[in-house]
Amino acid sequence: MNPRNFSNARVWRVGADVDTDALAPGAYMKHGLEVIGWHCLEAVRSDFASGVREGDVLVAGANFGIGSSREQAAGVLRHLGLAAVIAPSYSGLYFRNAFNLGLLLLTCPEADKIQEGERVALHFEGDTPQVIRVNGERLACAAIPGFLMDMVDAGGLLPLLKNRKQG
Amino acid sequence: MTHPQTLAQKLIARAAGRPHVAVGEVVTCDVDLAMFHDSSGPRRLKPMLGELGADIWDKNKVVLVLDHYVPAQDADAQKIIQITRDTAKQWQLPHVIDSEGICHVVLPERGHLKPGMFCVGGDSHSPTGGAFGCYMFGIGATEMLGVCVTGQIWVQVPRTLRMHWSGRLQHGVSAKDMMLHMIGRFGMNGGQYQAVEFSGSAVHALSMAERMTLSNMSAEMGAQAGLIAADATTLNHLRSIGVSPEQLEGAGQWFTDDDAEFEQHLFDASRLSPQVAAPHSPANTRDVADFSDIQPTIAYIGACTGAKLEDLRAAASVLKGQRVAAGVQLMVAPASAREQAQATQEGVMQILQDAGATILPNSCGACAGYGATFPEGATVISSTARNFKGRMGPASVNVYLASPYTVAASALRGRISDAREVLA
Repeated sequence: MNPRNFSNARVWRVGADVDTDALAPGAYMKHGLEVIGWHCLEAVRSDFASGVREGDVLVAGANFGIGSSREQAAGVLRHLGLAAVIAPSYSGLYFRNAFNLGLLLLTCPEADKIQEGERVALHFEGDTPQVIRVNGERLACAAIPGFLMDMVDAGGLLPLLKNRKQG
Repeated sequence: MTHPQTLAQKLIARAAGRPHVAVGEVVTCDVDLAMFHDSSGPRRLKPMLGELGADIWDKNKVVLVLDHYVPAQDADAQKIIQITRDTAKQWQLPHVIDSEGICHVVLPERGHLKPGMFCVGGDSHSPTGGAFGCYMFGIGATEMLGVCVTGQIWVQVPRTLRMHWSGRLQHGVSAKDMMLHMIGRFGMNGGQYQAVEFSGSAVHALSMAERMTLSNMSAEMGAQAGLIAADATTLNHLRSIGVSPEQLEGAGQWFTDDDAEFEQHLFDASRLSPQVAAPHSPANTRDVADFSDIQPTIAYIGACTGAKLEDLRAAASVLKGQRVAAGVQLMVAPASAREQAQATQEGVMQILQDAGATILPNSCGACAGYGATFPEGATVISSTARNFKGRMGPASVNVYLASPYTVAASALRGRISDAREVLA
């Protein structure tokens, strides 16, 4: 899958201030991503973990990922197959963790327009992503610096460092 | 041409090997110290280092702390602890602090943090180091891998939001109340991942422990760093714990120039009442008086935020010679073994025990939510940093955040109370 382009991605909606403890609950932090994945967002919407499919996107309110440095809160969304998260703003620490794990975060001021269950596409104009709604409306997102997109393309910092070592 | 700079800019410029840096530019910095713990550390780093066939760039610059899973609550936790200890031996790490307290407290306690340093920590409360005039911030395990391999990390030079506190706190009001007030005003992402700097007469009057509480909870404001310029209090403290004068040379250069650009917010400490953050957000803050009908079943004094020596002293000053109200369980998890030993010597621990406190191990405990947490339906008043739904127990647990003074006064009276009334 080309992480820079997707179409017909199904939308899961959550509200503002989704915290890391909701994404990766502390009680399961002893375990790997598979177990954490079963409980991802269970305190926010209990149908998410069992219903999410490869290529879906999560659309959230402001301040997504506030709280802990636990990167499993980002890793679990990649593990569950999400193509991207779309939100007006993120915790800065979560933002770094997501790109280090190859999870694409789209900073979209108008994310709240996007509805539960709707289908969206992603298109890049240079380093600036746009979310395209079914009605053709294009929602502009903040540009993403090249060094962060390199991590998304490689699948995260670890594969990127590996490629560089081998390269 | 001169370049007036903020404290954050000066610290980053030094680490980037540059005379000055501009707000907004992305620079690569040399890391002076990397701290990680049993959850974010070896169990995650070892397999990744193995995959890369790489070693830690400089073991002398690494500090490993076992605090999240100790003491082991079950076999899974025991396994994580064992991996951590085995790896520490295998890597021959010179700085390992095992089951002696919480990373953000034991790191400065051992003199690892000095003004001017650029540091990262594998934990979100790493901005605590800002109280010592260090640029320190939290990162995840994969980014820590990058630091371990290269000794470097990128940072976007932040704007500075200066929180200027004039006046002086009343007795029974503390740094925790200042922080809850600011988080309530600006919100959990109000720091916008920029640098927050604390200044003014009320900040300069604070002890190092209280300053650490300010820097610590910069995380809850969404700031990358929470800085306080080193002053006589900082230097006297560092000398008292054995940091040599040579290591403190030049400490006076780390401050924000008067003509640097920053956004300033003014506060009057003299008028601040004790603050309480209601479930389920640290930004859900109001004056203590608004919560007098809340009857906690548990009063918790713990965590890097709220169980340092000075926090224990504050609780003891409220509880001296008294017992907590019927129906309230008081739990105290001192933030470090050294601080607990000092508190024991001062009679503080005895006062807390006589008041009915259960004393818990020197670890993250219920605050991290990784092991023992609070029971179904509990109403908790807590000196910790976060009250997210489901963090410290089942979703039915309601956690109110407050200062150690307020936690102690609430335990004493059986309802959320203003410590100033007890201390008067």
